[in-house]
Amino acid sequence: MIEFYLDTRSGVSPYQQLVQQVRHALRLGLLGEGDQLPTVKEVVAHLAINPNTVLKAYRELEHEGLVAARQGVGTFVTATLAGTSLAAHGPLRLELRRWLAKARRAGLDEESIEALFLTTFRTPAQEDIA
Amino acid sequence: MNTVVQARQLGKRYGRRRWALRDCTVDIPAGHVVGLVGPNGAGKTTLLKLAAGRLEPTSGAITVLGGPPADTPGQLARVGFVAQDAPVYTQLTVAEHLRLGARLNPRWDAGLASERAARFGLTPAHRAGRLSGGQRAQLALTLGLAKRPELLILDEPVASLDPLARREFMQGLMEATAEHAFSVVLSSHLVSDLERVCDFLVVLVDSRVLVAGEVETLLATHHRLTGPRRDPGRLPAGQQVICASHTDRQSTYVVRTDAPIHDPAWTVTPLGLEDLVLAYLDRRPAGDPRTPLAVRP
Repeated sequence: MIEFYLDTRSGVSPYQQLVQQVRHALRLGLLGEGDQLPTVKEVVAHLAINPNTVLKAYRELEHEGLVAARQGVGTFVTATLAGTSLAAHGPLRLELRRWLAKARRAGLDEESIEALFLTTFRTPAQEDIA
Repeated sequence: MNTVVQARQLGKRYGRRRWALRDCTVDIPAGHVVGLVGPNGAGKTTLLKLAAGRLEPTSGAITVLGGPPADTPGQLARVGFVAQDAPVYTQLTVAEHLRLGARLNPRWDAGLASERAARFGLTPAHRAGRLSGGQRAQLALTLGLAKRPELLILDEPVASLDPLARREFMQGLMEATAEHAFSVVLSSHLVSDLERVCDFLVVLVDSRVLVAGEVETLLATHHRLTGPRRDPGRLPAGQQVICASHTDRQSTYVVRTDAPIHDPAWTVTPLGLEDLVLAYLDRRPAGDPRTPLAVRP
């Protein structure tokens, strides 16, 4: 079982934060197939948030095929995110480290690196191709 | 849209001239936890008291769950009301409060009442006057919940509580809404109190609804744009300006739009609920204050 938390200053909506935390736990292998998510009532009582927020998060996870609700029992993990991509993490991290070293050599400080990464990350895909 | 509270040109006057609420028209949808926010003196308490049947309107009309408020014993049983500052009888014990609740309410849930009393350390033999502020609030909430209403109205329920007691109060309220389906309307002059718990927001200023809508929709359609100075007339037609400020070089807008913002000149940042409400309060003197904004179904 995982426990949710909310970062009120992140600017990410609470329901998205819940979705992200489940995905994150799946990616890291903290949650696996068959594991149960906290019930809506438990999450609501813990975080003092609107029940619809939790329902919406769970519906989105269901839509993505990651969890399934069993009537009257709870919501269970039905898929995993870890296995497929975990192997790629190592090489990607290595490349990223090399890139970071290059950026620092070019004189970028932490903030500039972050800004460059985020703007590039958020630029729509079609502009990358052009 | 199914409404729990519907007011039409609703007004309440005290004495000969003091209007606490005037010409108020609002629809509050069912199945939500609705936050009613606005500055002090906006008319929130008066509106809620009118909805609970604690006051008679001077003018206009109000219906609650499809009928006149507090019209019949049946209607009274359907609406719970927790007034400001957790009203309890200081001389009565916790147990006496619960007995009173059981006697006055046909749908009283004794199991819920005693479970909540035990959980929040409300010792049955203690007089309500000796409870802490947080415990008094929990007792008032317990009475409101155990009534098992279809609509629970709470007026500034957490205003006088410390942060921990606030959180415990909201946890209890949200847990109850998750377990039993009922509509909630709660007021606050602080948006931060309501940000997590409400999924529908009504902003009331001077008896008027400045903006109302589902919180998710409001957050998704309002953006802050910052960039080189630009005249509002040169913004796309679909962008409704909520507030604007300019320096000689830079413009900052808060706009409402359903479409994504592609203009590369703008830095677009999302708005928190508090900033969103402030943007509306800010623009009031400039715009026409009597035109309420559209409520999304």
